[in-house]
Amino acid sequence: MEVKREPLGAGASADASGLRVREMGSWQLLRGAQLEGANRPGHLRTEEELVGDDLERYVHERVLTTTLDKTVAWARSNSFFPLAFGLACCAMEQFHAAGPRMDIARFGYEAFRASPRQADLIILAGRVSIKMAPIIRRLYDQMLEPKWAISMGACCSSMGVFNNYALVPADKFLPIDVYIPGCPPRPEALMHGVLKLRKMVQDDPDMGWRERYDARGTEEVVPEAFAEQRAGAEPRRAPEGEEAGA
Amino acid sequence: MTASEESGGTSAPTMSEYRRREQSVTLAPVDEQLAEGAERDTHDELLTLNFGPHHPATHGVLRLLVTLQGEVVRDIKPIIGYVHTGIEKTAEDKSYWKVIPVIERMDYLAYYFNAMAYCAAVEALAEVEVPPRAQYLRVIHLELNRIASHLIWLGTSALDLGAVSIFLYCLRERELILDLFEMSSGARMHTRYFQVGGVIEDIPRGFEARLREFIEVMPGRADEYGAILNSNEIILQRLRGTCPLDADTLLSLGVTGPLLRAAGHPWDLRKADPYSSYEHFDFKIPVGTTGDNYDRYAVRLAEIYESVKILEQALDGLPEGPHITEDRKIALPPRHELATSMEALIHHFKLVTEGFRVPPGEIYLPIESPRGELGCYVRSDGSSKPARVHMRDPSFVNLQALSHMVKGSYIADLIATVAMLDPILGGIDR
Amino acid sequence: MPDATGLELIARDLRAAAAADATDAPSSAVVETIFFRGRATLVVESAHIRTVLASLRERGYSFLCSVHGVDHYPHEPRLGVCYELLDMRTVDRITVKLLLGSDAAEVDSVYPDGEDGRGWPTANHQEREVYDMFGVVFRGHPDLRRILMPEDYEGHPLRRDFPIGGEPVIFTYNEHTTLGSAQ
Repeated sequence: MEVKREPLGAGASADASGLRVREMGSWQLLRGAQLEGANRPGHLRTEEELVGDDLERYVHERVLTTTLDKTVAWARSNSFFPLAFGLACCAMEQFHAAGPRMDIARFGYEAFRASPRQADLIILAGRVSIKMAPIIRRLYDQMLEPKWAISMGACCSSMGVFNNYALVPADKFLPIDVYIPGCPPRPEALMHGVLKLRKMVQDDPDMGWRERYDARGTEEVVPEAFAEQRAGAEPRRAPEGEEAGA
Repeated sequence: MTASEESGGTSAPTMSEYRRREQSVTLAPVDEQLAEGAERDTHDELLTLNFGPHHPATHGVLRLLVTLQGEVVRDIKPIIGYVHTGIEKTAEDKSYWKVIPVIERMDYLAYYFNAMAYCAAVEALAEVEVPPRAQYLRVIHLELNRIASHLIWLGTSALDLGAVSIFLYCLRERELILDLFEMSSGARMHTRYFQVGGVIEDIPRGFEARLREFIEVMPGRADEYGAILNSNEIILQRLRGTCPLDADTLLSLGVTGPLLRAAGHPWDLRKADPYSSYEHFDFKIPVGTTGDNYDRYAVRLAEIYESVKILEQALDGLPEGPHITEDRKIALPPRHELATSMEALIHHFKLVTEGFRVPPGEIYLPIESPRGELGCYVRSDGSSKPARVHMRDPSFVNLQALSHMVKGSYIADLIATVAMLDPILGGIDR
Repeated sequence: MPDATGLELIARDLRAAAAADATDAPSSAVVETIFFRGRATLVVESAHIRTVLASLRERGYSFLCSVHGVDHYPHEPRLGVCYELLDMRTVDRITVKLLLGSDAAEVDSVYPDGEDGRGWPTANHQEREVYDMFGVVFRGHPDLRRILMPEDYEGHPLRRDFPIGGEPVIFTYNEHTTLGSAQ
């Protein structure tokens, strides 16, 4: 599988219209037009200012402007259905996070689904060996979108204690959203990571998912602003040359 | 309904063969039905089903290729290697001291046992004496870990059989044990508490009081689990009489631990070949009679009580003294000595940078882990890194007995047997 | 463990049995006896492993605990296979070891039942693991495939000259040059 490591969100590659945009605070985009030139805080200046249709499109894609979006994001973030997937020692701490003391059910995440088709959060708990990596990729592909992945523990985030021939760091074959360090991370650390993901989802529901997968044009609900553009473009598929699993 | 059923095409009777067979469902046992089928010259197909590595009921990433005839398991092939971490290779790359955290992560529920087997092997090679206080502390932590391992086994097995609340009860007790581990070493799992020559630190002040509270509480809680599960109709139906295996077959397959004891063979290395002052303690070994799943469950549940007894005796008899060997060539000197003694400083420096050297030789040292005989083979070539570390993991060998156990029983019995087998894939795959 | 004299007695009996069987060149089954730290090891020739284990089984060592491999890399013969035996009645352990060169890494499997007696069913997965990790071929094993590594993996990881592998650790000084970095 081809390895593409890119930071989330800020795509180093060009998006469909050929513009390169930097990350901006969402409220600045809405209000940026009022602060011109030197009045705009330095860290929020862009190299190429977005104007007109491009600005609107950027805003529509990234910014929660509607109450419906906010509600949907709130609902999604409070009802992750984790996939019951424990590999090694971190799975024991995952059990403890679901146990009576650090109760993950307080937040609504106790419904560990056995089937990936019903889950939207995969918590990779444990070390990923080279035999297991294609299988995890298949599981991830079987999950419904929007889906998120948390890499729990040092072994799947980086190589952990074992830097050897048998392991694969998880971000080589999965786009990971939150990394939780620890060996194994305490159940509180796992909760912290999941709650961090929850905050991320509330702010930005798909978190640049479509850029990561180069999947522009696969949106189901399209704002009218560029419905006509979509009518012309073909739907893009997953990056070419990448097979899902061995 | 039967009159209107037509089988397609040919000049068929009013009811199709299939429909007629369905109507005459028989409750005869499986073997009779199969024999009938053979007489009727029906074609029974064997279906190969993949219990993939990702499955909620396999304990860890175990893949089973199950050949089924109806619901009856005819053959089973376990495929492992999905969490192979190359621990033994990594251990060859690190100095003896640094191997301990690596080797602990092998059987991830019995981490103290992994460290104990390795440390005992290195101590035997390097001829290091472990002081009695360290031996008692080791016994305390080993028995606590045995209880913790059996609690997770009980919780997940009960979860497989449908008793979801037992899982939460067991985790409640396990939290108490992990609190104790955190008090003595700072971490809940994989604590690096056992070192070559003893333990890394003496127990802190509140440890004994907490441990006594735990000893008071634990037998009552184990009684609760027994009260829920022992006479439960579902547990009895699922576990009693299912998948027995006699002791001779188990011995030829190399199976040890609670599986062997459930079949009636009272083999326990703590009694047969005592190590680390186990001979000072008075405890019994639970032994089963028939070797079916219920006996395996009962043996492990009874072992929890025995471990609590050992804990109490160890705590009462805890001797005074150093918690690690005084040999400065093996163990780090205490920090207060570094300010005054030059040799202590040099020893500290050598141990931390290069590590201690072990004279060349090889040794195999087995101990009794919650799953059976856990042996550690260490070969040293005189340098500060081991030349080969191999852990003979009990789950790896016990897994070979699975196909013998489940041949001829139902899938539901297969699930129960995998649960009672207590496989830990970290140990199997290393 | 048998003490040093017990070990020598066992070795003498095995050599006598092998000499009685050998019709061609007088081979001694037992190459060496090692008594180290209170534990007994017999180093035998790989051709005789089944007979040695069978006769030890008659002596009471009926439980095969472990079959594992060792790599003595710079020294030839380089690959070793160790068999740990246990006598449960007298709580005695003995190790049987054989050495193989890397070019002739083949030995009879002790797993299947043969004409010379019963096999040791416990050696099934363990011999597969030795094959997987070291490349020792066990003749007569019915299902000698890789067990821990993927079946199409090339190389035998636990040999001492196999590289340990792994990912380079990314620090700030090498993040621009490490493969796969975002920059």
